[in-house]
Amino acid sequence: MELVVFGLASAGALAGGIGVIASRPPVRSALSLLLVLGSLAIMYLLLAAQFIAALQVIIYAGAIVVLFLFVIMLLHMRSGEGRVEKLRWQGPVSYVLAGLFLAALLYAIWTGAGPHMAEPAPGFGTAESVGRSLFTKFLLPFEVASIVLLVGIIAAVVVGRPLAPP
Amino acid sequence: MIPVPYYLTISAVLFTVGMAGVLVRRNALVIFMAIELMLNSVNLTFVAFARQLAAIEGQVAVFFVIVIAAVEVVVGLAIIIAIFRARSTVDIDDVDLLRG
Repeated sequence: MELVVFGLASAGALAGGIGVIASRPPVRSALSLLLVLGSLAIMYLLLAAQFIAALQVIIYAGAIVVLFLFVIMLLHMRSGEGRVEKLRWQGPVSYVLAGLFLAALLYAIWTGAGPHMAEPAPGFGTAESVGRSLFTKFLLPFEVASIVLLVGIIAAVVVGRPLAPP
Repeated sequence: MIPVPYYLTISAVLFTVGMAGVLVRRNALVIFMAIELMLNSVNLTFVAFARQLAAIEGQVAVFFVIVIAAVEVVVGLAIIIAIFRARSTVDIDDVDLLRG
Protein backbone atom coordinates (compact mmCIF):
# COMPACT_ATOMS: atom_id res chain seq x y z
CA MET A 1 0.00 0.00 0.00
CA GLU A 2 2.72 2.43 1.03
CA LEU A 3 4.70 1.44 -2.05
CA VAL A 4 1.74 2.22 -4.31
CA VAL A 5 1.33 5.69 -2.78
CA PHE A 6 5.06 6.30 -3.08
CA GLY A 7 5.05 5.16 -6.70
CA LEU A 8 2.16 7.44 -7.63
CA ALA A 9 3.71 10.41 -5.81
CA SER A 10 7.12 9.92 -7.41
CA ALA A 11 5.58 9.50 -10.86
CA GLY A 12 3.65 12.74 -10.34
CA ALA A 13 6.74 14.55 -9.11
CA LEU A 14 8.90 13.44 -12.04
CA ALA A 15 6.20 14.11 -14.65
CA GLY A 16 5.59 17.55 -13.17
CA GLY A 17 9.31 18.28 -13.10
CA ILE A 18 9.65 17.46 -16.78
CA GLY A 19 6.52 19.51 -17.45
CA VAL A 20 7.96 22.60 -15.73
CA ILE A 21 10.95 22.82 -18.01
CA ALA A 22 9.50 21.30 -21.20
CA SER A 23 6.17 23.03 -21.74
CA ARG A 24 6.02 26.14 -23.91
CA PRO A 25 3.28 28.28 -22.29
CA PRO A 26 4.38 29.52 -18.85
CA VAL A 27 0.91 28.77 -17.41
CA ARG A 28 1.46 25.09 -18.09
CA SER A 29 4.83 25.27 -16.33
CA ALA A 30 3.17 26.82 -13.27
CA LEU A 31 0.51 24.09 -13.15
CA SER A 32 3.18 21.39 -13.53
CA LEU A 33 4.97 23.00 -10.58
CA LEU A 34 1.71 22.64 -8.64
CA LEU A 35 1.70 18.90 -9.47
CA VAL A 36 5.28 18.56 -8.17
CA LEU A 37 4.44 20.41 -4.95
CA GLY A 38 1.38 18.24 -4.30
CA SER A 39 3.31 15.03 -4.92
CA LEU A 40 6.06 16.17 -2.56
CA ALA A 41 3.45 16.92 0.11
CA ILE A 42 2.31 13.29 -0.16
CA MET A 43 5.90 12.13 0.24
CA TYR A 44 6.29 14.31 3.34
CA LEU A 45 3.28 12.54 4.82
CA LEU A 46 4.93 9.18 4.11
CA LEU A 47 8.05 10.44 5.90
CA ALA A 48 6.16 11.38 9.08
CA ALA A 49 6.32 15.14 8.46
CA GLN A 50 2.67 16.17 8.77
CA PHE A 51 3.38 19.78 9.69
CA ILE A 52 5.77 20.28 6.79
CA ALA A 53 3.23 18.72 4.42
CA ALA A 54 0.60 21.22 5.59
CA LEU A 55 3.09 24.09 5.18
CA GLN A 56 3.92 22.84 1.70
CA VAL A 57 0.28 22.89 0.63
CA ILE A 58 -0.55 26.24 2.27
CA ILE A 59 2.56 28.27 1.41
CA TYR A 60 3.92 26.68 -1.74
CA ALA A 61 0.82 25.43 -3.51
CA GLY A 62 -1.45 28.07 -2.04
CA ALA A 63 0.62 31.23 -2.11
CA ILE A 64 3.70 30.88 -4.31
CA VAL A 65 2.04 29.19 -7.28
CA VAL A 66 -0.82 31.70 -7.17
CA LEU A 67 1.77 34.50 -7.17
CA PHE A 68 3.37 32.96 -10.26
CA LEU A 69 0.00 32.71 -11.98
CA PHE A 70 -0.79 36.36 -11.15
CA VAL A 71 2.52 37.52 -12.62
CA ILE A 72 1.99 35.42 -15.75
CA MET A 73 -1.41 37.05 -16.22
CA LEU A 74 0.04 40.49 -15.48
CA LEU A 75 2.74 40.15 -18.11
CA HIS A 76 0.27 38.74 -20.69
CA MET A 77 3.17 36.86 -22.18
CA ARG A 78 3.61 37.30 -25.86
CA SER A 79 6.67 35.29 -25.05
CA GLY A 80 9.03 35.56 -27.96
CA GLU A 81 11.26 32.92 -26.50
CA GLY A 82 13.79 31.30 -28.76
CA ARG A 83 13.68 33.78 -31.63
CA VAL A 84 17.40 34.42 -31.58
CA GLU A 85 19.41 31.84 -29.71
CA LYS A 86 22.60 33.61 -28.71
CA LEU A 87 24.37 30.68 -27.10
CA ARG A 88 23.66 27.88 -29.54
CA TRP A 89 25.92 25.32 -27.86
CA GLN A 90 24.52 25.85 -24.37
CA GLY A 91 21.55 23.47 -24.70
CA PRO A 92 23.37 20.23 -25.62
CA VAL A 93 26.29 20.94 -23.28
CA SER A 94 23.97 21.58 -20.34
CA TYR A 95 22.09 18.32 -20.97
CA VAL A 96 25.37 16.39 -20.97
CA LEU A 97 26.62 18.09 -17.81
CA ALA A 98 23.26 17.57 -16.06
CA GLY A 99 23.44 13.87 -16.94
CA LEU A 100 26.94 13.59 -15.50
CA PHE A 101 25.83 15.43 -12.38
CA LEU A 102 22.88 13.06 -11.94
CA ALA A 103 25.15 10.04 -12.37
CA ALA A 104 27.50 11.36 -9.69
CA LEU A 105 24.60 12.03 -7.31
CA LEU A 106 23.10 8.56 -7.83
CA TYR A 107 26.50 6.94 -7.35
CA ALA A 108 26.93 8.78 -4.04
CA ILE A 109 23.41 7.87 -2.90
CA TRP A 110 23.55 4.16 -3.72
CA THR A 111 27.11 3.43 -2.59
CA GLY A 112 27.14 5.40 0.66
CA ALA A 113 25.78 3.16 3.42
CA GLY A 114 23.64 5.39 5.62
CA PRO A 115 22.82 4.63 9.23
CA HIS A 116 19.96 2.31 9.96
CA MET A 117 16.47 3.82 9.93
CA ALA A 118 15.79 5.01 13.47
CA GLU A 119 12.38 4.61 15.05
CA PRO A 120 10.90 8.09 15.62
CA ALA A 121 9.39 9.03 18.95
CA PRO A 122 5.58 9.24 19.06
CA GLY A 123 4.45 12.67 17.89
CA PHE A 124 7.45 13.07 15.57
CA GLY A 125 6.80 15.67 12.89
CA THR A 126 3.64 17.14 14.37
CA ALA A 127 3.19 20.89 14.71
CA GLU A 128 3.89 20.50 18.43
CA SER A 129 7.30 18.86 18.03
CA VAL A 130 8.42 21.20 15.23
CA GLY A 131 7.16 24.24 17.15
CA ARG A 132 8.84 23.16 20.36
CA SER A 133 12.18 22.91 18.55
CA LEU A 134 11.53 26.17 16.70
CA PHE A 135 10.82 28.23 19.80
CA THR A 136 13.59 26.85 21.99
CA LYS A 137 16.65 25.77 20.07
CA PHE A 138 16.01 27.81 16.91
CA LEU A 139 14.54 30.96 18.43
CA LEU A 140 17.19 33.32 17.06
CA PRO A 141 17.01 31.98 13.46
CA PHE A 142 13.22 32.23 13.72
CA GLU A 143 13.39 35.92 14.62
CA VAL A 144 15.96 36.57 11.90
CA ALA A 145 13.62 34.87 9.42
CA SER A 146 10.83 37.24 10.41
CA ILE A 147 13.14 40.21 9.77
CA VAL A 148 14.04 38.75 6.38
CA LEU A 149 10.33 38.50 5.58
CA LEU A 150 9.84 42.16 6.52
CA VAL A 151 12.79 43.23 4.35
CA GLY A 152 11.36 41.16 1.49
CA ILE A 153 7.98 42.90 1.73
CA ILE A 154 9.59 46.35 1.73
CA ALA A 155 11.87 45.40 -1.17
CA ALA A 156 8.94 44.14 -3.24
CA VAL A 157 7.05 47.41 -2.68
CA VAL A 158 10.11 49.54 -3.53
CA VAL A 159 11.14 47.54 -6.61
CA GLY A 160 7.62 47.03 -7.90
CA ARG A 161 6.28 50.58 -7.66
CA PRO A 162 5.93 52.52 -10.91
CA LEU A 163 8.65 54.95 -11.85
CA ALA A 164 8.04 58.42 -10.51
CA PRO A 165 7.47 61.01 -13.25
CA PRO A 166 10.50 63.30 -13.51
CA MET B 1 8.65 1.37 5.12
CA ILE B 2 10.30 2.66 1.95
CA PRO B 3 14.11 2.96 2.26
CA VAL B 4 15.53 6.46 2.28
CA PRO B 5 17.72 6.06 -0.87
CA TYR B 6 14.51 5.88 -2.93
CA TYR B 7 13.50 9.33 -1.73
CA LEU B 8 17.04 10.58 -2.32
CA THR B 9 16.91 9.26 -5.89
CA ILE B 10 13.67 11.15 -6.60
CA SER B 11 15.24 14.23 -5.06
CA ALA B 12 18.40 13.91 -7.17
CA VAL B 13 16.38 13.53 -10.38
CA LEU B 14 14.22 16.55 -9.53
CA PHE B 15 17.30 18.64 -8.75
CA THR B 16 18.90 17.68 -12.06
CA VAL B 17 15.72 18.51 -13.97
CA GLY B 18 15.59 21.92 -12.30
CA MET B 19 19.23 22.54 -13.08
CA ALA B 20 18.74 21.63 -16.72
CA GLY B 21 15.74 23.97 -16.80
CA VAL B 22 17.79 26.89 -15.51
CA LEU B 23 20.46 26.22 -18.13
CA VAL B 24 18.20 25.57 -21.12
CA ARG B 25 15.16 27.83 -20.83
CA ARG B 26 15.25 31.53 -21.75
CA ASN B 27 12.03 32.72 -20.08
CA ALA B 28 12.83 34.36 -16.75
CA LEU B 29 9.61 33.09 -15.14
CA VAL B 30 10.26 29.48 -16.15
CA ILE B 31 13.83 29.75 -14.85
CA PHE B 32 12.36 30.94 -11.58
CA MET B 33 10.06 27.92 -11.41
CA ALA B 34 13.03 25.64 -12.09
CA ILE B 35 14.80 27.22 -9.12
CA GLU B 36 11.73 26.44 -6.99
CA LEU B 37 11.98 22.86 -8.24
CA MET B 38 15.57 22.63 -6.99
CA LEU B 39 14.64 24.11 -3.61
CA ASN B 40 11.87 21.55 -3.25
CA SER B 41 14.13 18.63 -4.10
CA VAL B 42 16.51 19.74 -1.35
CA ASN B 43 13.54 19.97 1.03
CA LEU B 44 12.70 16.35 0.24
CA THR B 45 16.28 15.37 1.11
CA PHE B 46 16.02 17.22 4.42
CA VAL B 47 12.76 15.50 5.36
CA ALA B 48 14.04 12.06 4.33
CA PHE B 49 17.16 12.39 6.47
CA ALA B 50 15.10 13.78 9.36
CA ARG B 51 13.03 10.60 9.21
CA GLN B 52 16.08 8.36 8.91
CA LEU B 53 17.84 9.89 11.91
CA ALA B 54 14.62 10.58 13.84
CA ALA B 55 15.89 14.16 14.26
CA ILE B 56 13.40 17.03 14.10
CA GLU B 57 16.10 19.53 13.07
CA GLY B 58 15.75 18.49 9.43
CA GLN B 59 12.12 19.53 9.41
CA VAL B 60 12.98 22.85 11.09
CA ALA B 61 15.48 23.45 8.28
CA VAL B 62 12.70 22.83 5.74
CA PHE B 63 10.57 25.41 7.54
CA PHE B 64 13.30 28.02 7.10
CA VAL B 65 13.82 27.05 3.46
CA ILE B 66 10.11 27.57 2.78
CA VAL B 67 10.15 30.99 4.46
CA ILE B 68 13.19 32.15 2.52
CA ALA B 69 11.77 30.73 -0.72
CA ALA B 70 8.63 32.80 -0.22
CA VAL B 71 10.70 35.97 0.23
CA GLU B 72 12.84 35.06 -2.77
CA VAL B 73 9.80 34.57 -5.00
CA VAL B 74 8.28 37.90 -3.95
CA VAL B 75 11.46 39.90 -4.57
CA GLY B 76 12.34 38.01 -7.75
CA LEU B 77 8.92 38.48 -9.31
CA ALA B 78 9.04 42.19 -8.41
CA ILE B 79 12.36 42.43 -10.25
CA ILE B 80 10.93 40.55 -13.26
CA ILE B 81 7.96 42.94 -13.36
CA ALA B 82 10.33 45.94 -13.17
CA ILE B 83 12.38 44.53 -16.06
CA PHE B 84 9.20 43.91 -18.06
CA ARG B 85 8.12 47.52 -17.48
CA ALA B 86 11.44 48.88 -18.68
CA ARG B 87 12.05 46.50 -21.61
CA SER B 88 8.68 44.77 -22.24
CA THR B 89 10.42 41.41 -22.35
CA VAL B 90 11.14 38.59 -19.94
CA ASP B 91 13.59 36.83 -22.22
CA ILE B 92 16.91 36.78 -20.39
CA ASP B 93 18.85 36.94 -23.65
CA ASP B 94 17.48 40.47 -24.11
CA VAL B 95 18.74 41.66 -20.72
CA ASP B 96 22.26 40.31 -20.74
CA LEU B 97 24.00 43.58 -19.89
CA LEU B 98 24.61 44.41 -16.25
CA ARG B 99 24.54 48.15 -16.94
CA GLY B 100 21.03 47.70 -18.35
